[in-house]
Amino acid sequence: MNGLLTVFRKEVIENVRDRRALFNSLLLGPILFPILIIGLSYLTLSAQEEKSKEQLELPVVGAEHGPNLVAHLRQQGVAILPAPEDPEETVRRQTHPVVLRIPAAYPEQWRSGEPAVIELIADPSRRESNIPMMRVSRMVSAYGQQIGSGRLQLRGIAPALASPVLVKQVDLSTPQSRGALAMIFLPYFLMITAFTGGMHLAIDSTAGEKERKSLEPLLLNPTPRWAIMTGKMLATAAFALASLLLTLLSFKLALPYMPTGALGFELDLGLVMIGKLLLVVGPVAILAAALLTLLATFAKGFREAQSYMGLVVFIPMLPSLIFMSNPMKPEFWMMSIPMFSQNLLISEFLRGESVPNQWLLVSSGGTLLLGLIMAAYAATLFNRPRVVFGSS
Amino acid sequence: MIEVRDLRKSFGDVHAVRGISFTINDGEITGLLGPNGAGKTTTLRMLYSLLPPDSGSIRIDGLDPTEDAIAIKRTLGVVPDSRGLYKRLTARENIAYYGELHGLDRSEIRSRTDALARTLNMGDFLERRTDGFSQGQRVKVAIARAMIHQPQTVLLDEPSNGLDVMTTRALRAYIRSLKAAGQSVVLSTHIMQEVAALCDRIIIIANGTIAADGTPDELLARSGKDSVEDAFVALIGSDEGLLA
Repeated sequence: MNGLLTVFRKEVIENVRDRRALFNSLLLGPILFPILIIGLSYLTLSAQEEKSKEQLELPVVGAEHGPNLVAHLRQQGVAILPAPEDPEETVRRQTHPVVLRIPAAYPEQWRSGEPAVIELIADPSRRESNIPMMRVSRMVSAYGQQIGSGRLQLRGIAPALASPVLVKQVDLSTPQSRGALAMIFLPYFLMITAFTGGMHLAIDSTAGEKERKSLEPLLLNPTPRWAIMTGKMLATAAFALASLLLTLLSFKLALPYMPTGALGFELDLGLVMIGKLLLVVGPVAILAAALLTLLATFAKGFREAQSYMGLVVFIPMLPSLIFMSNPMKPEFWMMSIPMFSQNLLISEFLRGESVPNQWLLVSSGGTLLLGLIMAAYAATLFNRPRVVFGSS
Repeated sequence: MIEVRDLRKSFGDVHAVRGISFTINDGEITGLLGPNGAGKTTTLRMLYSLLPPDSGSIRIDGLDPTEDAIAIKRTLGVVPDSRGLYKRLTARENIAYYGELHGLDRSEIRSRTDALARTLNMGDFLERRTDGFSQGQRVKVAIARAMIHQPQTVLLDEPSNGLDVMTTRALRAYIRSLKAAGQSVVLSTHIMQEVAALCDRIIIIANGTIAADGTPDELLARSGKDSVEDAFVALIGSDEGLLA
């Protein structure tokens, strides 16, 4: 037991003195991720604001067929431009995101009381043209409704009769749960941090030890090999947990600088919440420590180990990406899937939902169990001459 | 006291050690001499319990390395072929790490490190981080950390590899001082001068078997030559892989 703690302490001291390890584990995530989130949310927000405030320039084909409609648009502040030669090509080239065409049949349809068709030419697959398209479409239908009610009133009919059903949306999302929508990438960052936080130490303490030829003398000490390996894994887990804690704290510090009011949500990253998040992601850090140590032990040197690690980072990313692109309702059985369950739980926490303790137990317990099984296997690896002496 | 009986070890098709037997007495310096690849390092690795033998038996002070690895490690001090140090730790911290793994308390580690530093003349680099140490400085740290628990039996694998003349002389003086203190020392080497200068007994290993075993005088008499070097060459049958 003493030997285990000695190994743990030595690995921590040695890696705290290594600037590269310290930067990778303790600074990169905690600094980079909050900046990324703040920057991205400002960018989205300002882009949205710009698009909805800037003057809308709208080329109109056949303006002469609907002078009143055009006048209405102008009144709404739209700058009406002369018709381009080839409206479809204009949109395809994105010279203008939207072009309005008033066909020659418009006046005839209008007069005979049929729905008068106008065409809104746009390419919705270009996300940046969505906002101008919506704006034009809204203005035109407002105009249509206005004329429609006028026509009914002229005939002595209450316009309300034409709206037999009115859909009223009752919005149950709390400000907090709207916030969760924007913070959907927090689980993703936390999972990656749990893996990258201890990565450098996992490599340095196993493959690195082999490369600098200090493993053989180390194993000559009267400390059981499993204890040496466990001390190394504990040091890796400690670095990963420290990295997680720092990332959460830096998010907490960064939160006031996020444009929360503008996004319409408040997010409470209090100490209780940080504690809960650590409880959920902590087991992942332990699982990661075991897995990374296991893989790095098989590598002959630093470089070989690093090339494995590039692939390992995909493991925590995968469930997050699946969840991001395909949000699903959390169910009890999903808690038994390590990494995936943490994604679900974190986003439930951030939405302010209460989660049954049983779920927590299964998620954290299951992940921890898998981590311990891997750790137990890793602890036997130094008994293999092939692992200790490389190829000989 | 080390007793080895009919030790064998193969790696796949390579028969590194094929039937080695010898006895090593306390208070003597014994040299394992042989060309590179003769099976010296493999034999030593089996002695210090890092490799399990395929067959044969080893007893070190009555203990069997395959069954009592931890106890063996307490009685042995080993400077293996690999002498990697932790470059972000100072020389003293490198030594203290091994002391703690042996379960020594801090004040004991401190006083023993100071004593070893005096004997090995490490004063001017003891508190420095080992990054950038010369080969000689590294070997001294490797020896000090192997001796921190004051072992009864000392195994050294190619101890003077890559050392300059001054460091080699200091190392030999240190090895003789161990003998004077009643410890038994086994060193493997492919340098003939080293065994000639140091050893009370020489075991010559070639092709995984023992070619000769005896005091330098006995070996001279057996080979009928008058220089130690000629004797070795005659006994091994070739001077390939040996350094004069």
